[in-house]
Amino acid sequence: MSVIYILLSISIIVAILFFIAFIAAVKSGQYDDSYTPSVRMLFEDELVKEQPKPSVKSKKD
Amino acid sequence: MEQTTCFHCGDNCNTTIISYNDKNFCCNGCKTVYEIFSENDLTCYYDLQSSPGAIPKEIEGKYDFLSKDNIVDKLTEFNDGKTQIATLFIPHIHCSSCIWILENLNKLNPFITSSQVNFGKKTVRVTYKSETCSLKDVVLLLNSIGYEPYISLDDFKTGTQNVNRSLIYKVGIAGFAFGNVMFLSFPEYFQVDGFWIEKYKPLFRWLMFAFSLPVVFYAGRDYFVSAYKGLSSKLLNIDVPIALGIAVLFIRSTVEIAFDLGSGFFDSLTGLVFFLLLGKFFQQKTYTFLSFERDYKSYFPIAITKINKQGDETPIQVYDIEKGDRLLIRNEELIPVDGILINGKAKIDYSFVTGESEALRKQSGDKLFAGGKQTSGVIEMEAIKSVEQSYLTQLWSNDVFSTNKEDGFTTLTNTISKRFTIIVLSIAFIATTFWLFTDPSKAMNVFTAVLIIACPCAIALSAPFTFGNLLRIFGKLKFYVKNASVIEQLAAINTIIFDKTGTITSNKRSTANYDGIALKPSEELLLKNTLRGSNHPLSRTLYDILDEHNIITLNNFEEHLGKGIEASHNNDHIKIGSASFVGSEELSVLNTAVHISTNNQYKGKYTFYNSYRKGLSKLFNSLKKQFDLVILSGDNEGEFDNLKKLLPSKTKLIFNQKPDDKLEYIKYHQTEGAKVLMIGDGLNDAGALAQSNVGIAISENVNVFSPACDAILDASKFNQLYSFIKASKSAITIIKWSFVLSFIYNIIGLYFAVTGQLAPVIAAILMPLSSISIVIFTTIATNIVGRKLSKS
Repeated sequence: MSVIYILLSISIIVAILFFIAFIAAVKSGQYDDSYTPSVRMLFEDELVKEQPKPSVKSKKD
Repeated sequence: MEQTTCFHCGDNCNTTIISYNDKNFCCNGCKTVYEIFSENDLTCYYDLQSSPGAIPKEIEGKYDFLSKDNIVDKLTEFNDGKTQIATLFIPHIHCSSCIWILENLNKLNPFITSSQVNFGKKTVRVTYKSETCSLKDVVLLLNSIGYEPYISLDDFKTGTQNVNRSLIYKVGIAGFAFGNVMFLSFPEYFQVDGFWIEKYKPLFRWLMFAFSLPVVFYAGRDYFVSAYKGLSSKLLNIDVPIALGIAVLFIRSTVEIAFDLGSGFFDSLTGLVFFLLLGKFFQQKTYTFLSFERDYKSYFPIAITKINKQGDETPIQVYDIEKGDRLLIRNEELIPVDGILINGKAKIDYSFVTGESEALRKQSGDKLFAGGKQTSGVIEMEAIKSVEQSYLTQLWSNDVFSTNKEDGFTTLTNTISKRFTIIVLSIAFIATTFWLFTDPSKAMNVFTAVLIIACPCAIALSAPFTFGNLLRIFGKLKFYVKNASVIEQLAAINTIIFDKTGTITSNKRSTANYDGIALKPSEELLLKNTLRGSNHPLSRTLYDILDEHNIITLNNFEEHLGKGIEASHNNDHIKIGSASFVGSEELSVLNTAVHISTNNQYKGKYTFYNSYRKGLSKLFNSLKKQFDLVILSGDNEGEFDNLKKLLPSKTKLIFNQKPDDKLEYIKYHQTEGAKVLMIGDGLNDAGALAQSNVGIAISENVNVFSPACDAILDASKFNQLYSFIKASKSAITIIKWSFVLSFIYNIIGLYFAVTGQLAPVIAAILMPLSSISIVIFTTIATNIVGRKLSKS
């Protein structure tokens, strides 16, 4: 079998894999909110600064 | 006096300053929020953004309805008895601090497992353990930190809404196929014959065929559907030649590769669909935080307190209210149904319904209408109608609300496409007839080639890219337009109708004129200091208008509810309030006034006038040349003289218009050929906004609710209305020029097609070239318009 068949099938399989990844990403709602994640990723630092305190108060009325 | 601003909410601390931890707060509410945050190590909230908070509101009993299971069921999107997920709309979300604090809710209540903010939609999706923490707890927690969720009758629907993502899928598929087909067709562009290409040609071609299948039958499906709909209603819309082009491309290419006649036009086919879908995608600009489809449901509460025969108070769903039910309306709550006042001091603000700005006092036994807002204390009422049958809600049963405005409007593109399709078809038939006599073997070839090359890709792209880009530019300038066709309709209007209250006036009434006997300095001092102690809205406004004075201690201060205030200092005695209260014999007038008497002698009155938006006369003067101008107000005629002075003489002024009067007025003028632009703000304009060709809602704060409309204009940009209309007109000119441009491409292509020389490679070059140059032209042109617009 000529090498071109192998190359072609590989290239198409790779392309289809990426395509499936794209569809899955859209389906999971990744494209619904394009702003919040960009802010959220900057928060990690602030969270580290906090020490878990034993007196986590539950606000219940 | 130096101004101190609140550490939490950023408001000026006017009267009281509360210090805590070296920080200043304007009220106890703000201080409490700070305390909650600092106890839980969440003070980072204030580092991300300075003074990001809001003052938590008093909500005693307001959310009692959330303890009802059937209501909770409707509001949660997931509920298995242990875990519940609810998405709450929080209007206050505005900065990164908001995102941070709301996503750390689990620090404040350990039973909340996670919370996720969608900044664009201003929602937070909270997951919590429902055995230990109810939805009510979550809502109360949010409220206690100043993020009160907005829950309205609109949320009252079961299940999650499906987000329509089909266009993204379609663009994805078309793009994917386009890229792959281009790769596969490249070998044949460069090598016409030879052993290698002969061997692999069939494989490449059939692969291209396979890739184009989903493009034609899934991604391009809408064009066939739309063309079919157009034809069955005897309309040659733009989708007819497009669908024809796609079909011919696909059939001819398939025939070509099946009989080994050529390589087909799969590259052009997939490229065409991809570009067209991109245009559609670009035209869609959605403002997720705005809604253009609101009706009374977004204003109405979900539940209200019902008093049953035993005198117990239970929350009841608004839809379940029956005739004869006794309802309890708290301060600041909306009356959901028409009814009769049983007891309590009712002061109803009907500004939603009528546009009348003054709150009305009602006696027990008086009729109350749905949509009014109680503004002083608690009242009890008896329902006499159900929600759907109430006076206000009946407005929505009018046909206007169920018809789609776009249906009756022929767009510029469709007007062109009608002639275009006829011309293309006649060229195709003439050329085919010609070739039938000269060289019959080429006849079919030429016929299909004409339909392929004339496929109006560039024409179809002109409008979406022009309007799409303008939509974005308008959005940046705080003019939020629902969709592209609104801009097109805006360019065609010839009559502009304005509502008065809240539209051409600003919400604050800040001008007052004094007439009467001039006040002595000592009296002015006393007046100012007396007003200082009162919380009545009119006293507060008047207080702000008067000059600064020293603060003195009053000997005596007394407020008579609904009448006025009296106070004394040293030997002076002052009375401020209604005419009868201060002892004036003046008959009631239409304008709101505050009367003053000192030492039992009548002095005069302050009359309040609406304060009109900045640049109002200038706007009207620039509009009067081209448009008929009308003021259609639900208010009384009190402002007639004032408006006459301000506005151009030919402006029609019509007062005392009920919501359906406004609608009928517009309908009548439309039958006489007027293209009406309605500008309004409240629910009372909802009918008029829906009936008009273009309905624009003016909003002081776009996050707050505005009625269903075609566009929302930020109040601060009101004076630029004329520039926006002018820009819409320029957009039409741009589109006409790009039509000219695409006709040139079509003529070049038709030359190749008619002479029977159309090779796939020419089509593959011409199609993207024309599309891309149109996109570039419209983008540059609209940006120039946009730059002019932001300068003005």
